[in-house]
Amino acid sequence: MSDTPVLELRALTAGYDRRAPAVRNASLTVASGEAVGLLGPSGCGKSTLARVAALLHRPDSGALLLDGEPVRHWRHRAPRAQRTAVGVVFQQPRLSADPRLRLSDLIAEPLRATGRSQEIPERLAELTAGVGLTPDLLGRRPHEVSDGQLQRACLARALVLRPRLLICDEMTAMLDASTTAALVAAVEDYRATTGAGLLAVGHDRTLLDRWCDRTVHWDDVTAGVLSAPGAV
Amino acid sequence: MTERTPVLSVRGLSVRFLMPGGRRVAAVTDAHFDVAPGECLALIGESGCGKSVLASALLGLLPANAQSAGSARLGDLDLLTADERTLGRTVRGRLIGLVPQSPAAHLTPVRTIRSQLEETVAALTGARGRAAVRAAARAAADRVAFPAGHLDRHPHELSGGLAQRAATALALVGDAPLLLADEPTTGLDRDLVDRTVDELRRHVDAGPDAADGNGPGRGLLMITHDLAAAERIADRVAVMYAGRIVELTDARGFFGSPGPRHPYGRGLLRALPDRAFTPIPGMPPELGDLPTGCAFAPRCDLATDACATLPPVTGGLACHHPVTEDARV
Ligand SMILES: Nc1ncnc2c1ncn2[C@@H]1O[C@H](COP(=O)(O)OP(=O)(O)OP(=O)(O)O)[C@@H](O)[C@H]1O
Ligand code: SF4
Ligand SMILES: [Mg+2]
Repeated sequence: MSDTPVLELRALTAGYDRRAPAVRNASLTVASGEAVGLLGPSGCGKSTLARVAALLHRPDSGALLLDGEPVRHWRHRAPRAQRTAVGVVFQQPRLSADPRLRLSDLIAEPLRATGRSQEIPERLAELTAGVGLTPDLLGRRPHEVSDGQLQRACLARALVLRPRLLICDEMTAMLDASTTAALVAAVEDYRATTGAGLLAVGHDRTLLDRWCDRTVHWDDVTAGVLSAPGAV
Repeated sequence: MTERTPVLSVRGLSVRFLMPGGRRVAAVTDAHFDVAPGECLALIGESGCGKSVLASALLGLLPANAQSAGSARLGDLDLLTADERTLGRTVRGRLIGLVPQSPAAHLTPVRTIRSQLEETVAALTGARGRAAVRAAARAAADRVAFPAGHLDRHPHELSGGLAQRAATALALVGDAPLLLADEPTTGLDRDLVDRTVDELRRHVDAGPDAADGNGPGRGLLMITHDLAAAERIADRVAVMYAGRIVELTDARGFFGSPGPRHPYGRGLLRALPDRAFTPIPGMPPELGDLPTGCAFAPRCDLATDACATLPPVTGGLACHHPVTEDARV
């Protein structure tokens, strides 16, 4: 493990209307290999912060660093090395999965998009077992599987490029207890073998406390008091 | 509680979907349960196990390719054989109040909460005349502590919690003896879950004809995958697996001591983050391709050869080898 944090947010402000930003002055650090839970109530802006950290939403001000490197561009303009370093899973698999793709293509798509198609068979085999899917499900489209099965596929997709940082935004909010425990176990297996960091965003304190090395509250993240792990 | 005439009495309810190519999906199989006035029955289970199909069957909202069997009695009426006119005019809203899964999606987006409440009041109650309808709509909002200052807002201008209250207010307007809540807390944070569930409980203990505070109360069938919410509100729990109710029991004993007696219920509770946090291995079976024996057998560490035959329901439990030791020791 290196000393450089895998993720660092410094005084980050972001939203959809500059006069009323959803995230104000947020600061947060995820050390290399660390699992941090970010706890906050509905509508507080957690998902917006997660989208900024996943390079999907450009902040209005502040700094975002991945492995110590400042991020200067977001979305399709982000450099490939930074984009592929972060994997992200959202709350609603039905909204984030292309309904036309078979699960195998859904999972493999990031490999195709980065010109690494030759790795597909091997990664598919590893990940299918890793997230608890069965090979017969890979040929189905999203409407032919349950929410839990689709979310397993979305997790596999987020892991397919072996990200150094995984962001889970309410990954299990729609799921039953057993599927939740199974998905968390899959994330933790991945982290145990790769040393990847995790930012798990949610509103279930019991879950985040059990899952993560530490849990930070939204109010503290946006009050400018938190930075390094253990510090405060 | 058992001596009281149930609000809802479901016997042998089964629903099959006929799929292209002649495939049959067994979404609900042979469900038996009652809901008493003043009682909350929580129907729990994994996603896709048939919970919502069961609710749709009760509301007469099954799609055209569904076939149902059995009976679901609400007073003198069998919900499964009632015609659409009866269902539309006397069941939905008047006999069954539906608290929907996604209140934001259930409310009409282009109309204010006040106008939706007034329309429902005019359709379902005796209130006549603008002033009376307006007052009754206001009272309906008060009943769920929906702030009067937000009545003229549109659904997208409400937080998740207020949208949930607006939807609950609509469900209560008709003073229906049975409330049916389908995943009413999905996507809400824990505080909102607790508040929503406590409000529902209040409406179970009050009404529909409990103006004097001594009425029998409403029955509530709450469908949920949120075990913490179920524990908070339910008197009894029905555990559904692969379309069957495999355990029907007292909530206190289920969540506390002695714990679930069906291995599947045990597994669900063990998966909770404040318990062992270990998943049940594997995934639920395909409802279109169920085994002839116990559907849980491939995931069950107690399975034996006996489990290749379907376990009958005895004493609210469908298992050849029920767990006997206390979950809490
Ligand atoms: N695309 C968008 N356009 C405009 N406003 C948005 C958009 N996405 C989110 N918002 C608003 O930004 C605020 C924060 O939203 P966000 O989704 O980040 O909250 P959250 O903490 O994740 O909430 P929840 O737990 O309910 O999902 C909310 O007021 C929301 O309505
Ligand atoms: S019937 Fe057998 S396989 Fe099914 S739950 Fe009981 S012990 Fe397990
Ligand atoms: Mg969110």
